Amino acid sequence: MSRFVAELRHYPSAVAGLSVIGLLVLTSVYAVVAIPYGEAIRLWRGGEALWLENPRNARPVWMTLFRPDLPRTIVVRSQGAPRRVEDLGGGVRQVTMTLAFDYPYHDFPDGLGVFLETEAVDRPPHVALLWHTPDGAEIRINEFTVRPREVYRLSDDPRLRQELGGPPEVVLLASPDAPDRVLRGRYQLLVRGYLFEQASTLEARLVVYGKAHGLAGTDHLRRDLTIPLLWGAPIAMAFGLLAAVGSTLSTLVIAAVGVWYGRWVDGAIQRITEVNLILPALPILIMIGTLYSRSIWVILGVVILLGIFGPGIKTYRALFLQVKEAPYVEAARAYGAGNLRTVFVYMIPRAIPVLIPQFVTLIPSFVFLEATLAVLGLGDPVLPTWGKVIEDAYSKGALFSGHYYWVLEPAVLLMLTGLGFTMLGFALDRIFNPRLREI
Amino acid sequence: MAEALPLVTPRRARPAVETLLRVVTYSATRLVALFLTVVVGVYLTILVANMGGYVDVIKRTEIREQVGISVSFDPAMQRLPAEERQKRIEELVKIEEERLGLDRPFLMRTVVYLREALRLRLGFAERMTSDTGSRLVRNIILDRLPPTLLLFVSAQLLLFFASVFAALALSRRYGSPLDRAVIALAPTSAPPAWFYGIFLILIFAALLRVLPFGGMVDAPPPEGALRYAASVLRHMVLPMTALFLTTIFLSVYSWRTFFLIFSSEDYVEVAKAKGLTSRAIERRYILRPTLPTIVTSFALSLIGAWTGAIVLETVFNWPGLGRALFQAIGLYDTPVIVGATIIYAYLLAVTVFVLDILYALIDPRVKVGLEGQR
Repeated sequence: MSRFVAELRHYPSAVAGLSVIGLLVLTSVYAVVAIPYGEAIRLWRGGEALWLENPRNARPVWMTLFRPDLPRTIVVRSQGAPRRVEDLGGGVRQVTMTLAFDYPYHDFPDGLGVFLETEAVDRPPHVALLWHTPDGAEIRINEFTVRPREVYRLSDDPRLRQELGGPPEVVLLASPDAPDRVLRGRYQLLVRGYLFEQASTLEARLVVYGKAHGLAGTDHLRRDLTIPLLWGAPIAMAFGLLAAVGSTLSTLVIAAVGVWYGRWVDGAIQRITEVNLILPALPILIMIGTLYSRSIWVILGVVILLGIFGPGIKTYRALFLQVKEAPYVEAARAYGAGNLRTVFVYMIPRAIPVLIPQFVTLIPSFVFLEATLAVLGLGDPVLPTWGKVIEDAYSKGALFSGHYYWVLEPAVLLMLTGLGFTMLGFALDRIFNPRLREI
Repeated sequence: MAEALPLVTPRRARPAVETLLRVVTYSATRLVALFLTVVVGVYLTILVANMGGYVDVIKRTEIREQVGISVSFDPAMQRLPAEERQKRIEELVKIEEERLGLDRPFLMRTVVYLREALRLRLGFAERMTSDTGSRLVRNIILDRLPPTLLLFVSAQLLLFFASVFAALALSRRYGSPLDRAVIALAPTSAPPAWFYGIFLILIFAALLRVLPFGGMVDAPPPEGALRYAASVLRHMVLPMTALFLTTIFLSVYSWRTFFLIFSSEDYVEVAKAKGLTSRAIERRYILRPTLPTIVTSFALSLIGAWTGAIVLETVFNWPGLGRALFQAIGLYDTPVIVGATIIYAYLLAVTVFVLDILYALIDPRVKVGLEGQR
């Protein structure tokens, strides 16, 4: 064993592959421990309320290293902000909250949103919004009656856009003499609320959406991409590993059984393999995904089923035909080993050196198969996977609109996984099959 | 086979006729075997498609809808009282279901589907139409097949010749930096073609804007055959590069290893000792004995390409069979999905068959005689 490890260290590709796999395993463990399964699903599928405060299609934060000016999201809450309450008489109170923030960036924000929360029995409060720029100008934005959980997106208000003569998130922050430049400084949003009931409350939250958010950025639904990128690792590894184990082991056993029993068993296995070669695997998987279930476990089962009688049988068969005639098998028979014992204890272990490199190289093909299905829109409906991120990005035209991070992050992770396992597999192949090493 | 042999003259004077006859009998047996394989494969496909009874459900709703429409347009029916009309509808539905064989047991029906599928009577699409507006699944598939063939056959041919010749060149000077670079790059073949496609689109279409994002020709299509062809070629560059990148290093690597194993054989050493040129050695002593393996792997790569096409075509918006299948998934158009799957099964079978014939032509063991092989 230690000799084997020492030999492995002579191959730089094996070392690189192993370190990539190690990193992936660490990531998987971290993902599963830090964000438990249920929490990950909630954060990925929980509904809009969870990610309302995230910007849409924001770039990952590490991109600020290259573009230090990418604005980050600023959230100002009315709790803790200066608040003035005046009694106007007749049971009406006027509440004025000043939500102030410093805007230090040269680039405009991605959008502006005001979140209002109120409690009222009959008459909901009325709110007026005023914008104060650093140079002292005051702009009336809008006034409206507040529903219990009101979300007012300045950027999506067509009337405001028309009044300002441009996108609000640009005009409201633009410098008066150069409309394409940001006027940096301290901005204030005055939220003036009129409460008609004694028990009513009003709280406000201003969100200045940035263009960079989280370690991985966000997608079109404002979801943080860190979740699927982290959780994609354990899912990809589990799928690849299980599929590879399931299909290679069963193929091996079937090839050995066929060779050992010979005659019609062998013939039947060969014919089934030929039929299986003609069965179009990917279209069948697509059909299963469309008609029955998109659950990753069902797909995994079908992948293994289709892989049992894979082309590997021919390779193993050639090998076992030699092993069957080996003297030590005859010796085993002589001392009375039964059929199954001969197959499992004497024949199959001989194929392990051929099996292990193949097995390792097979893993990425299954990882990519899962991604392929996801890209076709047949990914698991619940699980956050790399393939699903690529699908979202692709179907939302990320490449056309320049959101390259959205495609590149999952793609690079997939690529790393693929390269890691294949490099290790190739090195193992050379170690286990010395004939390759000479040349 | 046995009765075919006495026809051959025992003298060795006419080996060509003898060989031809053997090749023909061999091909005929393989054809029968393959046909049976296709039948089983297509039947399995139908079972998968029909296992949950989805095809039946679709057919039944279709019948009900059609009967409903015909009844509502029939003035004689409209005068009938409601429950009388309902009874009449049920009767018509029952007749139609019997006509289509839906009242028969499941296994018998799958046999009917099998017969229809094998004769390529693939039925009507539910939502998709062909370019000419036809709803026949066969027409939809026939529309989409040529672009797929154009893209994949040219890519595979290019790939095949490039990798075999590059491998020959490398095997001549193994151990060189170039050789080691190819070995180091071999793991890049793990990702599928669409994966490289995304990167290529990003670089050449989105960032550099030198090549189109996808599609097969410019819109509107240019006038004149030459300019049309040029436009198609321009659109083929990126998908072909993607296909090329995903296999080239691995196949050069494995061919090179393969040739190296063969060039260490004793008879090659003898040929070298005789002073033959390296070209002659390659042609006669390395390429000749490895030809069956080379052809096999070419055909196998074609097989892989048929099904790998689905996502690549989708990513590049290539109007081929793969993208038709993808669209059919999106529309839940089951007849098209099943039809495309059957076509894929046929394509695979045809490839395997062509491979077998080629094998019979080039493999000396098949030529020597069938009885020797037994």
